Amino acid sequence: MSALQANELLRVERLSKAFTLHLHGGARLPVVHGVSFTVAAGECVVLGGPSGVGKSSILKMAFGNYVIGEGRILLADGDRVIDVARAGAADILDARRRIVGYVSQFLRVIPRVGAIDVVAAAAQESGLDRAAARDRAASLLARLDLPERLWSVPPATFSGGEQQRVNIARGFAGRHRLLILDEPTASLDAANRGAVIDLIAERKALGTGFLATFHDEDVRARVADRIVDVSLFSDREAA
Amino acid sequence: MSAPLLSAQGLSKRYGAVPACRDVSFELNEGEALAIVGESGSGKTTLLNLIGGALAPDAGEVVYRMRDGTERALSSLNEAERRSLMRTDWGFVHQDSSRGLRMNVSAGGNIGERLMAVGDRHYGRIRASALEWLGRVEIDSARIDDPPTTYSGGMRQRLQIARNLVTRPRLMFMDEPTGGLDVSVQARLLDLLRGLIADMGLAVVLVTHDLAVARLLSHRILVMRQGEVIESGLTDRVLDDPQAPYTQLLVSSVLAA
Repeated sequence: MSALQANELLRVERLSKAFTLHLHGGARLPVVHGVSFTVAAGECVVLGGPSGVGKSSILKMAFGNYVIGEGRILLADGDRVIDVARAGAADILDARRRIVGYVSQFLRVIPRVGAIDVVAAAAQESGLDRAAARDRAASLLARLDLPERLWSVPPATFSGGEQQRVNIARGFAGRHRLLILDEPTASLDAANRGAVIDLIAERKALGTGFLATFHDEDVRARVADRIVDVSLFSDREAA
Repeated sequence: MSAPLLSAQGLSKRYGAVPACRDVSFELNEGEALAIVGESGSGKTTLLNLIGGALAPDAGEVVYRMRDGTERALSSLNEAERRSLMRTDWGFVHQDSSRGLRMNVSAGGNIGERLMAVGDRHYGRIRASALEWLGRVEIDSARIDDPPTTYSGGMRQRLQIARNLVTRPRLMFMDEPTGGLDVSVQARLLDLLRGLIADMGLAVVLVTHDLAVARLLSHRILVMRQGEVIESGLTDRVLDDPQAPYTQLLVSSVLAA
């Protein structure tokens, strides 16, 4: 069994997943079957295919958020390798602090915590001190054009696009080697999409790898190094 | 990785013919927050009482790593050792604040009592600590001489937390800490707890039937049903991709606001 090649941050091997719906007579809902691909340092791999084909499920498995049915997902951790399918809760949480970040489609808001503190907390978790974390949060929110008067306000009342920008800032605030992005630009206007594309390009140049989905053709064309067509591995039709 | 802070091994307890807790084992690391979820009658409070030493198990053992690094079975502690553990290294936040507070003693006295129990006799220092902790749990310092009978439900819960944290425990037990509070009061308490857990590196065993509370406060979840742990794992994994039929039912039964 090979581990990871030099320069590989993520290796997905023969990954399969199905949901068993116990509340619906134990119906089995296949998602994907036999997915294999890798993400190298500085590379942006985009998952393609129509809606419902299992793209988000793959992202969630890579982040340890969904159970991995079969196969392996290997994450590089310096000289070590973490198999997400077998790692315990403590190892997954540790990997999320240091190695792998995630930007979901929606921000899960925390009551009473201001936008800048949401972002700064992520920077602090990855090892920056309080002041540096706040500076980093401020610069990201500014680049994503979130009006400064909103920075101290909890994002619960923000518009979808404003919440999403807080979410992106939080994802980029840490120093993760691998970032997983699930439709990060879906609710953004062209200017803010451009800001996200720039952020991705800068981090790629620093060696960060990306695993992402974008429904927006233009964004995909500008950031993707490789597209993995998930419909080749989809199990939905076979169900 | 260092030894776990607490480990439960094969804990079982029956009430007459009814098994309230069946062969439960888990480990808790320093700084880790564990939620025990399930419906009422699932055995989660029994499990909390077994871990916290309020109940003796019929079978099984709880081993705790003391402040001096030695690992001790709770059943091997004498009464003085047990009391000292509960007053210093452990904290308890009860749903019913009258179980965790002395209701006719001033707020400052409630906090100071824990310090006096560990030998502090310096009045000025005790009062300064009480004031500091009232501030950290967002209670107006002007209320320091009032007894908790004059406090609102949310303030009483915050006072319980202050009373516990003043001795800088490593482990907190919480039984439905936000139960019975108004939603806005809950949010404030949850945010406060979240911050304190992270800042102090507290380990927590949290019993709740509220999955949103578990998601906000815990790293890991045990799902209990009829006295058994039927599913466990990373909190967001269990809540977002539940495997057991009962966990799927619990997750799908929550009304989204």
